[in-house]
Amino acid sequence: MVALSQERLVTSADAPARRSPPPSFDRLFRLASLASALLVLIVLLGIIGSMIYGGMPAFREFGFGFITSTVWNVNEDQYGAWVAIVGTLTTALIALVIGVPLSLGIAIFLTQLCPPWLKRPVATTIELLAAVPSIIYGMWGLFVFAPLFANYVQIPVSNIVEGMPMIGTILYARTPSGVGILTAGIILAIMIIPFIASIARDILDQIPSVLRESAYGIGCTTWEVVRNVLLPQAGVSIIGAVMLGLGRALGETMAVTFVVGNANRLSGSLFDPGSTIASRIANEFNEAIGLQLNALMGLGCILFLVTFTVLVLARILVSRVKVG
Amino acid sequence: MSTIALNTSSAVGKAAAGNAEAPVRIAVRDLNFYYGDFRGLKDINLDFYDRQVTALIGPSGCGKSTLLRTFNRIYSLYPEQRADGEILLDGQNILSPSIDVNELRARVGMVFQKPTPFPMSIYDNIAFGIKLYERLPKSELDGRVEEALRKAALWDEAKDKLRQSGMSLSGGQQQRLCIARTIAQKPEVILLDEPTSALDPISTGKIEELIEQLRSEFTIVIVTHNMQQAARISQFTAFMYLGELVEFGPTTKMFMNPAKKQTQDYITGRFG
Repeated sequence: MVALSQERLVTSADAPARRSPPPSFDRLFRLASLASALLVLIVLLGIIGSMIYGGMPAFREFGFGFITSTVWNVNEDQYGAWVAIVGTLTTALIALVIGVPLSLGIAIFLTQLCPPWLKRPVATTIELLAAVPSIIYGMWGLFVFAPLFANYVQIPVSNIVEGMPMIGTILYARTPSGVGILTAGIILAIMIIPFIASIARDILDQIPSVLRESAYGIGCTTWEVVRNVLLPQAGVSIIGAVMLGLGRALGETMAVTFVVGNANRLSGSLFDPGSTIASRIANEFNEAIGLQLNALMGLGCILFLVTFTVLVLARILVSRVKVG
Repeated sequence: MSTIALNTSSAVGKAAAGNAEAPVRIAVRDLNFYYGDFRGLKDINLDFYDRQVTALIGPSGCGKSTLLRTFNRIYSLYPEQRADGEILLDGQNILSPSIDVNELRARVGMVFQKPTPFPMSIYDNIAFGIKLYERLPKSELDGRVEEALRKAALWDEAKDKLRQSGMSLSGGQQQRLCIARTIAQKPEVILLDEPTSALDPISTGKIEELIEQLRSEFTIVIVTHNMQQAARISQFTAFMYLGELVEFGPTTKMFMNPAKKQTQDYITGRFG
């Protein structure tokens, strides 16, 4: 014991004494990091607050009609969000219908079937797709995809379905310009694929390989393994991944504004131009004053509420990965 | 040393003596196995007898699980793994490319280290495997599910909750569900890859009893780390080391009077 303390004395004499910072520094540090964390919350609340405040006059003026009215007339100062809401939901739904099967296909291929040497190139390509700025998708969609879509899809399909009940309305283009709700949906599908695919891949990767082996072990084919065991096992987490994609599709602005056509009327045809909440705001914000500005704020409020709900739900579902 | 020998000998007494008169069900001939460039099995020659339990023992990495995984070709899920040589199941080489692996896997069932119930109800866990290969009317399917659960000694515990998720069972029950799922397909051979390593002693005991009963119907191959278990439930034992088969014989002889010193050292716990 004595020897030990002597030794310690010797070493402390040799080495420079540790000069610990004053305790107040630690308190400062804690405060600073707390402030950083709180800042995010404050910003978020600030945004919500100002949106509601800005949108209030429109809500007060039109009441519930603000949501259900299809009229958006700047000259007469009449504003209703219904066209934009329907456009937003329709384009997002189309994006999911096209994007989800493709994303799941990618995730299943990467985790179950892909030969090892091909894994990295495919995965990297998918990730690069996520890195393409949305304005590029918009330009590509408007200048490259839309003309091709008009020539090779809209015109032939319109000719075929003309006069048919139901489908003759839904898939008929009065002016086959290439832009419209369906075009926006397709572009959105391409944009959300990398998100859904990479999350779904991670989820499938987390399923223990022994479960997969035992499914193969009773004589399942790959399709049966995926359909009956892996996807049900991934379950709600896959739905969460889809909702993350949905959240992005709902709020996407730039690319959609390019290709959606920006029409202020409701049409029964997917080939016709329409608008989404985000595209409407992007188009009109520049010159908006007075009640129009309030109405746009109100639109923003609605969009914010919808995407926020979708994303929160998605987070909850993704985090509930059940592993083995 | 002497106590260990005594324990094993009394344990061996419980299992029926190996019956070398039984016909050969699986014959392994000059089997080599490769993980990429690594040779995991070296010229294995070994017979598995009909309706007998054969235990594969040996230290970790000796190739016993690898050998087991060749019998239903589950290794072929991994492109870098391959086997050459012959494995004759009832005289037919299952390593031949013309074999339908899915059909093979219905004939050679496998139970894994950890219970792996499928994400569906207890009933469907069993019915799913049957329905892959047989089209049965509902009543007959019900009968097959019940039969499998009874044989796996799970019926009494599960009969009132057949519609509940397989995950709702305890670990030991889940493992018996996996065994029920396997036997429901009426396989010829059952492969067990350390089926009790994740279970508590009571569940382990139940599974061991079950294996003893299943022996009257199925040819069973079990990989185990537990020497006592091998002694208790098997009629034949194969001892493997570094990818080679060191010794094979009736379990009684392997544990009482092994021919090779290496076998004796491993069994008595001097290495491994």
